[in-house]
Amino acid sequence: MDRLVFLLSAGLARGAVLALFALSLVIVWRAARVVNFAQAAMAVTAVYAAFAVTSATGSYWAGLATGLATGALLGAAAERGLMRRLPHHAPLPGIIVAIGLVMVLQSGLAIAFGPEHRPMHPPFSERPFMIGGVPVLSPYDLFVLIAAAAVMGALALLFSRTSLGLQLRAAAFAPETSRLLGVRVPRMVTLGWALAVATASLAALLLVPTELGLNPHAADLLFVNAFAVAVIGGLDSPVGALLSGIGVGLLVSLVTGYASASAAPLAVLGLMTLVLLVRPGGVFAPKEARTA
Amino acid sequence: MKTPLRALLLTALAIAATFGLDPFRNYQLATTAACFAAVAGLTVLVGLTGQLSLGHAVLMAAGGYGFAFTASAVDGPWPLALLAGLAAAVIVSGLLGLLLGMAAARLRGPYLAGLTLALVIALPSAANALPLGGDQGARAPFFAVPEALSALIAVEQWHAWLAIAISALAVTPLVMLRSGRAGLRMRAVLDDETAAKLSGVDPGLVKAGAFVASAVPAGLGGAILAVATQQVTPGGYGLAFSLLLVVAAVVGGLGSIGGALIGSVLVVVLPWVVDQLVGALPADLGQRLNGNLAVLLFGAGLIAMTLAWPGGVARLLDRLRAARPKRRAPAADTGR
Amino acid sequence: MRDSKRHMRTAAALAAAAALGLTACSTPGDDDSVPGVTDDTVVIGTHQPLTGPAAAGYSTISAATAAYFAYVNDNGGIHGRSIEYVIKDDGYDPASTQTAVRELVTEEKVFAIVNGLGTPTHSAVLDYLDQQGVPDLFVSSGSLTWNQPAVYENTFAFNADYVTEGAALAQYAVEQEPDAKICVLGQDDDYGEGILEGVETVVGSNAITDVQSYTTSAEDLTAQIGAMMQAECEVNVLGTINGFTAMAVGTAAQMEWFPRWYVSSSGADYPTLAGYLGEDLAPVLLQGLVSVNYLPFSPDGEWVALFERINEEYNDGAPFTGNTVFGMSVGYLFAEALAAAGEDPTRESLVAAVESGDLVGNGILPLSYSADDHAAYRGVGITIVNEGVQDYVDAAYTVAAGQVTAVEPDPVPLENEGIPG
Repeated sequence: MDRLVFLLSAGLARGAVLALFALSLVIVWRAARVVNFAQAAMAVTAVYAAFAVTSATGSYWAGLATGLATGALLGAAAERGLMRRLPHHAPLPGIIVAIGLVMVLQSGLAIAFGPEHRPMHPPFSERPFMIGGVPVLSPYDLFVLIAAAAVMGALALLFSRTSLGLQLRAAAFAPETSRLLGVRVPRMVTLGWALAVATASLAALLLVPTELGLNPHAADLLFVNAFAVAVIGGLDSPVGALLSGIGVGLLVSLVTGYASASAAPLAVLGLMTLVLLVRPGGVFAPKEARTA
Repeated sequence: MKTPLRALLLTALAIAATFGLDPFRNYQLATTAACFAAVAGLTVLVGLTGQLSLGHAVLMAAGGYGFAFTASAVDGPWPLALLAGLAAAVIVSGLLGLLLGMAAARLRGPYLAGLTLALVIALPSAANALPLGGDQGARAPFFAVPEALSALIAVEQWHAWLAIAISALAVTPLVMLRSGRAGLRMRAVLDDETAAKLSGVDPGLVKAGAFVASAVPAGLGGAILAVATQQVTPGGYGLAFSLLLVVAAVVGGLGSIGGALIGSVLVVVLPWVVDQLVGALPADLGQRLNGNLAVLLFGAGLIAMTLAWPGGVARLLDRLRAARPKRRAPAADTGR
Repeated sequence: MRDSKRHMRTAAALAAAAALGLTACSTPGDDDSVPGVTDDTVVIGTHQPLTGPAAAGYSTISAATAAYFAYVNDNGGIHGRSIEYVIKDDGYDPASTQTAVRELVTEEKVFAIVNGLGTPTHSAVLDYLDQQGVPDLFVSSGSLTWNQPAVYENTFAFNADYVTEGAALAQYAVEQEPDAKICVLGQDDDYGEGILEGVETVVGSNAITDVQSYTTSAEDLTAQIGAMMQAECEVNVLGTINGFTAMAVGTAAQMEWFPRWYVSSSGADYPTLAGYLGEDLAPVLLQGLVSVNYLPFSPDGEWVALFERINEEYNDGAPFTGNTVFGMSVGYLFAEALAAAGEDPTRESLVAAVESGDLVGNGILPLSYSADDHAAYRGVGITIVNEGVQDYVDAAYTVAAGQVTAVEPDPVPLENEGIPG
């Protein structure tokens, strides 16, 4: 029982980060109908910027702000400089450019900073609270949960309650009509990329202090798992990303704890297969249009 | 020219070309042949039915394991072991392809990509959980140069011959399939599923069938690698390699078999060329550049190529040909 | 469809042109010269993870080896020949290893492969090197695979094998605390399994309280450490690489759990661990950490003094870690083998030199190479971290046929400024 509580609490914090990163994939999918394979590499680049600023100023918060800004800039630059120049009807050239971008960014980071892990210290203690002798969430875990919840809430408000959010959604779903109605569609797509990569950077920034340290490959596994999460939840659904992120986080923690670490990828594959067999568009897929 | 005849000619040409290559280039040629088989399968799948698989490395691995275990188990003359191994590669990869195809028939683009990606990630775990020899993988038998040839060619060249022959075996049926009725059905489903349905084509069946047709050459590609390296390890079929196959298919030009060949040559040779160029730079540029610079340049080249010719090299060649005035050039097939 | 025919034709033409453009020479050639050896150079090669996720832990080894060879070359080389060390990156990917090693053998025409790194990677080229008759010296991994003289005549291990390390750690633990609950955390491959097997030979498989594993792609060890804590483990034997050792110790400390740590040599390098944990926390968290080793890394030893000097002069003063000592020790052993292979070394004489049993290396225990034993170190010495300094204590064990025997360490003294003659 103790073990179950412990594993659930450990999985919850990881799940929140997964959900946040999956949400960033959902945002970029909704804005541009592409899966951004370079999201992890871009996020890690932003974390390096944060790391540099934190090292120089000693302030975690200055680093955090720098990281988010770098992420947003990278996202906008990638869209303006690369993705926009590709044909829109075919998704594959976008994937190839993203793969190229991963190679450039990761090897560039390794050249600039070296391949070794740089320890990043969390702003709050990682010492868990003890409840009845069972270690549960630490203050840093709480910070992660609160930060993730706050960002998701803010994004939900942005998309559902503001005019900008409405324009973003309109540009994604009906670009032609939106253009006629005066929405600056290209600008909205750029904004979507900036938002998405900034969100991904936040997820990576929250994750890295709990890992070995900062390294050009620090977010690789995060991307792979988050992609699985986004697919399970439904690529169009922010709520799906949130719930399946927490779900996959718990699943991985439980399987690692009760079975073995190497069973975790098999468990994720199994869950995904099951979900897609029942709901080919993910758990929270929108109702499918009739095709025949 | 009929397809089999042309295949025979090209095979003979490729085998003749091995005489012009040193052992290392022949090894690279064998690797290229393996990639070619897999990429040809992939390019037909993606180009003709629009199904994106990120997991073709796993299909290759399935073929490789099937080949390695069966060929090692056969106690007989080498051609028997080879053929038994190839048959096993076809069966194992075909079955896995069928399973994936049944799932794929229900899934749309990114969902299928997600599923196949998860499959690639799970491969090392599966290799440990199933009796596949874990990280060390499975040994495949070593095919020595037959006595009659041993004075003439080195072992790498012999393996290149086997590789070329197997890849011809894998790709020729694919070319025939692609240009036959099956190919028409695939295009019909891609263009308009509803219309295809109305004209009596079952899209699910076509998609699943296409997946099997694409999986078998990939499995044979895995068998080629097992012949050339005498080894199948899960680490050799990771995410990076799987993505490289997609890169080869897109860079070559989706749907085009010739493009698959160009793409395979590029992904095998380009990193090596870049590595040589970097090696020619003055040393002492620092430890950190070592290895990383080659990856960086390859990535940058990939981006530049895709930006310049998003349709792939095959499309570019089309356009060049169309631009030549004298030849009576039919409108290039711009379909995907 | 017609265009595909044209593509095929174009592609074939391209392939043919490419083939013709490359240098030709395919028939098996017989010439008497020794590959990689000229009057003034010996070319050897290695495959190492310089890029990719494994680069973080290992990319510094080959740089240290290269620095040692540069030092030897500046001091006249071996028998007047300078050693050229060709390092190929394989990104810890067995498929790349295949290509890299074939290129080394067929294009660079290396004399030998030295210190190829990694179990899955090097396994992929074992048969090839055997077929080609290339000496495959001092493989950088503790797998037992490298010690099969009957099958792989030219392959020699360098690391003490994982089973030996696990058994020695367990033996020392049992001697220190006979009643402690022993647990094992291992990597989910031959490394973790070897350590576990070693522990089992000493305490029996039923006496291990809890066994946990991790994959190298894992993000954290929270679940594993939590489970071990709840199993009330007292002695944790780790078959983990440095990063995960640091993570295990750090995660446990966050849970205010301070068991005893017994760690394999591949994951217990103090400077590296301190890099992960931070210089301020490391001396506290790693106090009393028990490990094993077989190379001369005592901070006040003469070998370290020499290696530090070489590191400053030939390696741009890179951080001095266990990897530096490891890489340079491998270089020293190869130089010694090359010297012993005679004025005009051949591949046969090189292998014979290693098998002769005359090489001494620079370890704290004698090398065990012979014609029917291709393992380097059959035993290990115990090291302990005390106040931020990791050094040998007076305990060493050899392991043979499941039996652990206490022995006296017998360190090799430094001679001739570290240049074998």
